[in-house]
Amino acid sequence: MTKLINLTMAEARKALAAKEFTAVELVDAHIKQAEKAKPLNAFVTETFDLAREQAKASDVRIAKGEAGAMEGLPIGMKDLFCTEGVRTTACSKILSNFVPPYESTVSANLKKAGAVTIGKTALDEFAMGSSNMTSAFGNVENPWKRKSDPSVKLVPGGSSGGSASAIASRSVMAATGTDTGGSIRQPAAFCGIVGIKPTYGRCSRWGVVAFASSLDQAGPMTRSVRDAAIMLGSMAGHDPKDSTSAPLPLPNFEAALTGDIRGLKVGIPKEYRPDGLSSEIQALWDNGIAMLKDAGATPVEISLPHTKYALATYYIIAPAECSSNLARYDGLRYGQRVEGKTLDEMYAKSRAAGFGKEVRRRILVGTYVLSAGYYDAYYAKAQKVRRLIADDFAKAFQTVDVILTPTAPSAAFGMGETDDNPVTMWLNDVFTIPTSMAGLPGLSLPAGLSADGLPLGLQLIGRPFDEETVLRVADVMEKAVGFNALPAFVEA
Amino acid sequence: MAYVIQGETGDWELVIGLEVHAQVTSNSKLFSGAATNFGAEPNTQVSLVDAAMPGMLPVINEKCVEQAVRTGLGLKAQINLTSVFARKNYFYADLPQGYQISQFEFPIVGEGEVILDMPDGSTRTVGIERLHLEQDAGKSLHDQHPSKSFIDLNRAGVCLMEIVSKPDMRSPEEAAAYVTKLRSILRYLGSCDGNMAEGSMRCDVNVSVRKAGEPYRTRAEIKNVNSIRFVQQAIDYEARRQIDVYEDGGQVVQETRLFDSVKGETRSMRSKEMAHDYRYFPDPDLLPLKLTQAFVDGIKATLPELPDEKKERFIKDYGLSHYDAGVLVAEQANADFFEAVAKGRDPKLACNWVMGDFAAAQNKQSRSIDNPVVSAENLGGLVDLIADNTISGRIAKEVFELMVETGKAPAVLVEEKGLKQVTDTGAIESAIDAVLAANPDKVADYKGGKDKLFGFFVGQVMKNTGGKANPALVNDILKAKLA
Repeated sequence: MTKLINLTMAEARKALAAKEFTAVELVDAHIKQAEKAKPLNAFVTETFDLAREQAKASDVRIAKGEAGAMEGLPIGMKDLFCTEGVRTTACSKILSNFVPPYESTVSANLKKAGAVTIGKTALDEFAMGSSNMTSAFGNVENPWKRKSDPSVKLVPGGSSGGSASAIASRSVMAATGTDTGGSIRQPAAFCGIVGIKPTYGRCSRWGVVAFASSLDQAGPMTRSVRDAAIMLGSMAGHDPKDSTSAPLPLPNFEAALTGDIRGLKVGIPKEYRPDGLSSEIQALWDNGIAMLKDAGATPVEISLPHTKYALATYYIIAPAECSSNLARYDGLRYGQRVEGKTLDEMYAKSRAAGFGKEVRRRILVGTYVLSAGYYDAYYAKAQKVRRLIADDFAKAFQTVDVILTPTAPSAAFGMGETDDNPVTMWLNDVFTIPTSMAGLPGLSLPAGLSADGLPLGLQLIGRPFDEETVLRVADVMEKAVGFNALPAFVEA
Repeated sequence: MAYVIQGETGDWELVIGLEVHAQVTSNSKLFSGAATNFGAEPNTQVSLVDAAMPGMLPVINEKCVEQAVRTGLGLKAQINLTSVFARKNYFYADLPQGYQISQFEFPIVGEGEVILDMPDGSTRTVGIERLHLEQDAGKSLHDQHPSKSFIDLNRAGVCLMEIVSKPDMRSPEEAAAYVTKLRSILRYLGSCDGNMAEGSMRCDVNVSVRKAGEPYRTRAEIKNVNSIRFVQQAIDYEARRQIDVYEDGGQVVQETRLFDSVKGETRSMRSKEMAHDYRYFPDPDLLPLKLTQAFVDGIKATLPELPDEKKERFIKDYGLSHYDAGVLVAEQANADFFEAVAKGRDPKLACNWVMGDFAAAQNKQSRSIDNPVVSAENLGGLVDLIADNTISGRIAKEVFELMVETGKAPAVLVEEKGLKQVTDTGAIESAIDAVLAANPDKVADYKGGKDKLFGFFVGQVMKNTGGKANPALVNDILKAKLA
């Protein structure tokens, strides 16, 4: 049975159709693994019983020949997606007992495709963080270990760290993530899995707890590129309930995996080689370029001159939007309330008790940059720079079809290894943030191991709504890399 | 004569600008599908979006956009094909999102104008600065519990148009005329029911005073004034207060004030220092609102005849006075009623009846025009009977009273009661002869120069004929006989 947890979704789907095993068996195997992986703390809320019920229903549909695209496949749901009747916390104390009476569009789409959710996965509080250490429900651990010192607990990255850890530990076959500045791609890189942030507007944000509305985008996290294509097709699509959702037809993403990238031009941005970039990451990147070249693509050096402003710009726009988006958590209608003598005192006490340090920091930064007298210097200017960053990409895509960069500047770091300076933590997203600012699709796939035995990721960036090319190139690269290392946790 | 208030240091001029919040007539809210009916049980018209549940997103209601454009066109204003929704951030218990979705830098409607009809029949033009769409807040109920406040979110998210005037008004009467006219236009357009008692229209009044020829001085904003009478009272009180402050050597501070309708005074609500920093920024949940010219033109094609055009037409086609035309067109239903009465008849006579006895009877019974004391058809019938000399104007008043009482048609009543005018010269002659024969002394006095007695004779003849004698004939024959 342990073999079941090593299957990709594409393999499992075929086997389910061939009646080699049942959905109940597949889901049970993963629940068993999730129980074994409990010390990793990847789940905030387990929904095992519900999952078993759903798996039974999946088996019925499979028997009737009515299977959906993800029928009977066990997945994790990032706890930022509102799930009807199932607690949704955003890993914040302020929502610790919130049970939504509604289902997010993305989770509803997945349910409709037959996917079976075995639990809600952990994240940095309100998706703000790159380590999963800002969650109000405890740290999540990365199943990978350093060869040099297996005793060090490593972070899974963030904010979709619970999803990444659950997938890497084989507790689920796939999971949803959300990405605002790298929250799918960085944890995917840290945990040796595939993650794609689709084009802004590809997946509905309806029912997803908002962090920064102009950047938030849901996407799949999986163990293979094909699985990512399958899952993206099941999640995405126009939703009239989200005004920023793109009214475009949904392509068949899996059909885009032709294995042929001959003649494609791959952009290599020179600004992504900052001073001090580790030689290991540098070598990984060069290796990736060589693989694409071998497959018939042409590397082209490009310039994205405003890259160096992306991080600063992001840390104005994202906190500004978050300061407003999180105003609704006031203890009045739902969530945690701390009584006060006046309305203002109740607000202050409820929010002070309900929000963690990183969330409070970003609300304060965001409030400041939107304040009278500072708006033009910060927010208005940041919007202009954001435009310039998007223009850089638009210009580059006049000559190239896809862009290849590292996903993160390092492998997963140990818990408590970063100093207290939040900016050090924010630097983790230096390669992923520009893509988010421009709203472009970005995919991270495992491209090798560090000298210390940890997975490293490369990022592919595509034109708006051209996830197909990104997936096509990623699929070719995945085969070339042949990444088959297993985390220490799974080997044990 | 310009309106001034005399102070100890001379004459003061008033400068007034109004921000009117008009609730858009629509079945559902600006960004949610919840209903907007007035008077529903608390918290029964609240969607997940209105309650600001996590992950909920606004979706624009096209009907509200259409109403804003319609209103903009009615105000002869610039329609902006691109406008942007912005968040106005502040914390309050009846504002679930912690921000109001409004429009800030880029409103849907730009500059326009409203023409005021003053009581003396003159007109004045007041500029419109802008019109933008925004969400209403919920309602805080502070009187339901000794220590708690209750919140009703039925109104939260309902679509408002904020219509901002230029500081073009110079007297409380002009402000009243502005609100009256704006209300009339909105009602014609069907974009707001104008019901101030139900809060469908609320005014924020900006007031400052100055000496003639000076630039604007500091203004105070009086929030949420909810009747036209209160608008006048608030302006008058506030202007006098500011004049007193200046004349006592003080300075008026920029602040938000509240109008206490019981005491008839304004008082400070919050000063500029305490003013909210609303941290406006474009709402990232909504794309810029883009309209096509075809959409705007489509709405333009369906605009009704508006009060100003109707007034022009009434003056031109019916020969009505500016005043009469202004009064008749203020409410579309009144204008329609008048036109139904006037159709094919003498418009001035019709106007006199509609604005005279009919309006008085309506007022007496507190009726609305949808429920008239007599139908337009019957009132028109009465006008016909006067015009063809079947009855005199005096008898007509009697018939009208009977119409109100019985609801019967005028011709039927005239027949039943035998009120038909006597136009038989023989009958009138004998009635006159009888009166003259009965009053030989008065006849002598008249002939001796007491001209005023003519009226006495007419009165006697009318009395003896039960008022039915044709007054013109009576006059003619009487004159001949007394000559």
